[in-house]
Amino acid sequence: MYIVIVGAGNVGYHLAKAVLSKGHEVLLIDRDVATLDRIEDELGSIGLEGDACEADTLEEAGTARADLFVAVTEQDADNLVACQIAKHRFKVPRTVARITDLKNEPLFRKLGVDVTVSSTILILQYIESQTSKPPFLTRLAVLKGSEREMVDVRIPPTSAVVGKKIRDITLPQNSLIILLIRRDERIQLPTSTTALEAGDRVVVVGDRSSEASLHQALTGS
Amino acid sequence: MKVLVMGCGRVGAHLASLLERDGHEVTLLDVDASSFSKLPHTFKGNALLGDGTDEDALRRAGIEGMDAFAALTEADNTNIMAAQIAKSVFNIPKVVCRVYDPTREELYRELGLDTVCPTALIAESVIKRL
Repeated sequence: MYIVIVGAGNVGYHLAKAVLSKGHEVLLIDRDVATLDRIEDELGSIGLEGDACEADTLEEAGTARADLFVAVTEQDADNLVACQIAKHRFKVPRTVARITDLKNEPLFRKLGVDVTVSSTILILQYIESQTSKPPFLTRLAVLKGSEREMVDVRIPPTSAVVGKKIRDITLPQNSLIILLIRRDERIQLPTSTTALEAGDRVVVVGDRSSEASLHQALTGS
Repeated sequence: MKVLVMGCGRVGAHLASLLERDGHEVTLLDVDASSFSKLPHTFKGNALLGDGTDEDALRRAGIEGMDAFAALTEADNTNIMAAQIAKSVFNIPKVVCRVYDPTREELYRELGLDTVCPTALIAESVIKRL
């Protein structure tokens, strides 16, 4: 893949280094020639000095043949404009913008940026996943525009579902047990006649809004 | 007409006083409080501290009730981003955006922003006089 990266700060530098090591073709654009020189001493000539919000710079970068365009400067506005120019003028199929202000996630999507990434959001999601969650439940992933999630629920010995077959367990609407991890770590695809045992863990996909009732259904006595 | 002007540089301050002279209600927004010293003593509108690329700052500046928004900071990308927020988040009927870089201006004009490019205007004006 040909990947154009804008912004040779910490994020841009480490990203360039990582994608190079995976065998991709990389070009790193930055306005500061001294920063680029330092990086080129280590990674070879992958730098282009210039303003990535100017069409001439992007032309010189061969942006039209880029498979991916990633703007990771520290300025949200600069990342937005660089991505929009890459998308509209150079028809790059996928653009990624780093954002610092959380509010810019829905805004940038609305304005045509394909993906936004933010360390603020990642850390916040981690904090949310670790706080105020029911005791036997671990959140594994948030799915489909944040409305659904995948969770892991451990079945305590006191649970009313111990010994019950899956078809006899009433789960909240839209919830589906997709995987069963037995107490001895054996992994099974559950069927309607599989019976749950104490210490089993079930992986469930369901609505985030019904997480509490799912927890109650699987762990309540 | 109620107008929100982002950027109280020479152009923003001048525009604000012209608009006020014509009877419009003007609010100015800038990240630098000292920039408001460019406003004439007679200025009666609001001058607020805030970043126009921040939806909350725009909301605090009362953008929701505005008839027009002008993005006039020195930075093209700041203007472009703020103008797009005014247009697509707040649906402001009239949004004008200053962009110095002519190629960037052309692209955003194609994308539907109402842009003004001082660089192109001055160049054309000079050519006409030669």
